[in-house]
Amino acid sequence: MKTSKKIMLTGNKAAAWGARMAAVEYVPAFPITPQTEIVETLAKWFADGTLQGKFTNMDSEHSMFMAAGSAGATGVRVFTASSSQGILHGMESLYTITGWRTPMVIVNVSRALATPLTLEPDHNDVLSTRDCGLIQLHAETCQEVFDFILMGYRIAEDADVCLPVLVNLDGFYLSFTREPVLIPDEEEVRSFLPLYTATQPVFQASRPMARASAVFGGATYTSFKLQQELACRNAENCFNRVAQDFEKHFGRLYVPVEMFHLDDAEYVFVMSNSFATKGKSAVLKLRQQGIKAGLLKLRLFRPFPGEAIASALAGHAKVAVIDQNLAPGMGGITYPEIVTSLYACEDRPDKILSVIGGLGGKDIDDQDFMAIIEHLDKPDSRTPLYLYDENDVSGFNRLQQIAKLKEAIS
Amino acid sequence: MKVLTGVHKKIKDLHPHEAIAPGTGLCAGCGGLEGLRMGLKELGDDFLICNAAGCFTLLSVYPFTPLKGSWLYTTMGGPVPAAQGVRDTLDIRMRYRGLEKKENLNVIVVAGDGSSNDIGFGATSAAIHRNLDFIYFCYDNEAYGNTGFQLSAASPYGSATQTTPSTDAHEAGTEINKKDLFEIWKAQKPIYLATVSPREPIDLSNKFARAKDLQGPRMFICMSPCPTGWGFEPKETQQIAKLAVDTGIFPVKEYFEGEVVHTVRPRKRLPVEKFLELQKRFRHLFEPHRQDEVIGQIQNRVDDYWRQYE
Repeated sequence: MKTSKKIMLTGNKAAAWGARMAAVEYVPAFPITPQTEIVETLAKWFADGTLQGKFTNMDSEHSMFMAAGSAGATGVRVFTASSSQGILHGMESLYTITGWRTPMVIVNVSRALATPLTLEPDHNDVLSTRDCGLIQLHAETCQEVFDFILMGYRIAEDADVCLPVLVNLDGFYLSFTREPVLIPDEEEVRSFLPLYTATQPVFQASRPMARASAVFGGATYTSFKLQQELACRNAENCFNRVAQDFEKHFGRLYVPVEMFHLDDAEYVFVMSNSFATKGKSAVLKLRQQGIKAGLLKLRLFRPFPGEAIASALAGHAKVAVIDQNLAPGMGGITYPEIVTSLYACEDRPDKILSVIGGLGGKDIDDQDFMAIIEHLDKPDSRTPLYLYDENDVSGFNRLQQIAKLKEAIS
Repeated sequence: MKVLTGVHKKIKDLHPHEAIAPGTGLCAGCGGLEGLRMGLKELGDDFLICNAAGCFTLLSVYPFTPLKGSWLYTTMGGPVPAAQGVRDTLDIRMRYRGLEKKENLNVIVVAGDGSSNDIGFGATSAAIHRNLDFIYFCYDNEAYGNTGFQLSAASPYGSATQTTPSTDAHEAGTEINKKDLFEIWKAQKPIYLATVSPREPIDLSNKFARAKDLQGPRMFICMSPCPTGWGFEPKETQQIAKLAVDTGIFPVKEYFEGEVVHTVRPRKRLPVEKFLELQKRFRHLFEPHRQDEVIGQIQNRVDDYWRQYE
């Protein structure tokens, strides 16, 4: 193993460094808070010759993802990044390019969705892409952001997969937080991730082809969609293969779900992304108080590693699935997926609680984790549990008073 | 005034080579397909068409393609950014990755008037702004044809569409004017911009021949008589296309090096009625009673247009 350098990087900078070390050749971009630092950094690197290829300022995320997809279909290593409303605006293109089966890595810097408009994070944006056929890796730390981008290209470009990989990081909490990140030696990166050669036919004059042609009839449509399904499912094995190779090169091993103090845990928090760090800290504090808590962190979210999740959660009495998202009228988006993977499991937990918290960047603090434990211990605890207490209500009441005051004046 | 000095003088000068094989899923008598067929003759086989959702999407239905070149179906608003990605990538591969020049492609967008004027309009403007090196072919049948003929921003005043029918309260049908896409695109100064008609094959071919050797956005609007939507027999396509030119309703022109030149001029403009009366979409202007005011307005608008150039 060659020496790496360790530098302090924000999550956004780590993403830009990931793209740089992957030797990306094409970046179509459109700015959105809190993603801008990524595209600004890459723009500079293309402009000063650090990166070889082209950075194109696009006119919308719809256009940006479309250009990224067609570039992938024409044979270069593509990177792009977005967030929140940008993901929604580009949604049609995202469904389109996953169907084109073009490899690339997309970084999403999570930010809650309007309305109301806000800049702070939750996961409704990334989870809106849940069903469009992207591979999804969710990062907790800046190092994971960097590493997942390198791993992401290996998965995306694998002949058994050929799909875009989305790496998710939380806006603000991770995008603007500096952490030490190990940047490996370039030679070592190249031996893990060689320069790009397309594994599928790409557009050029000697190879005319029709791609993404319309189909008539459900059976033909189904054939294509099932191929996509198989490719996406292949990505779980591919992730594990790539992770092992990654460990060989860089000494860090990633499994689809991370288990933190899980062995003897009676209470398990299921979390993802940067707030998992808060969860881990709470677990350690709870254990000091004699409460056997543990945490399961989701890393690979698509394909959904149901078996790995089931075997990790089996045998634990009480589980709380903390969703930093909200499907109004239903609750948490990942909750039913976790429950589904446990349904056929004989040793499944006695209680699986759905928790909704962290919406729009709202903190989840130690008291919240304690409230979850207490709720899990109640015999008739309602589900979902909303992490929204009397303090939050009175805080909002104060704002409403001001709003009414203004009404009265005008 | 510059005169188009074309390479083709007579019909028999045109290439016998075809880049679109016959037998596509498009309607018989489609004027736009005839325009594209002749345009591609000039461009050669090394092309990639980025297609917007619309009538021409039916050109390639899996597992068939009638094209000698490549095809990428995109979305209704996405063919131009897709062209950007392909163009950028070919440039990157030729510059840095040793792709030979002979592997280069003419990147062509094929989109209807709905995509061009409405849903894909912004993305197209952005690509002209970026000076994207591509050819844009808009087949203009003046409505959302593939979905059954609803109003687009290209639907002309006085025409009936499924979403602007002629009623007692709205006798004219479409009560707003066609968007002037030529002038809007011209404002962004693309390297080349032309309108073409399938009834003027020599003019059309010469324009594609000229555009082929230029670099930058090369924009075409092709008058596309539509038997199913406009309501006429497929065999009448050429006659309708000719009347559109002869009445002055459809000006055949080009914009190049800062000047607009009418490349085919009607000698003596026929009354617009000659064009209108043959089509079902204008029948309400003649039956059950004549709508002289509406017909008069259409005529005035045509006269006003030509007065600028006479």
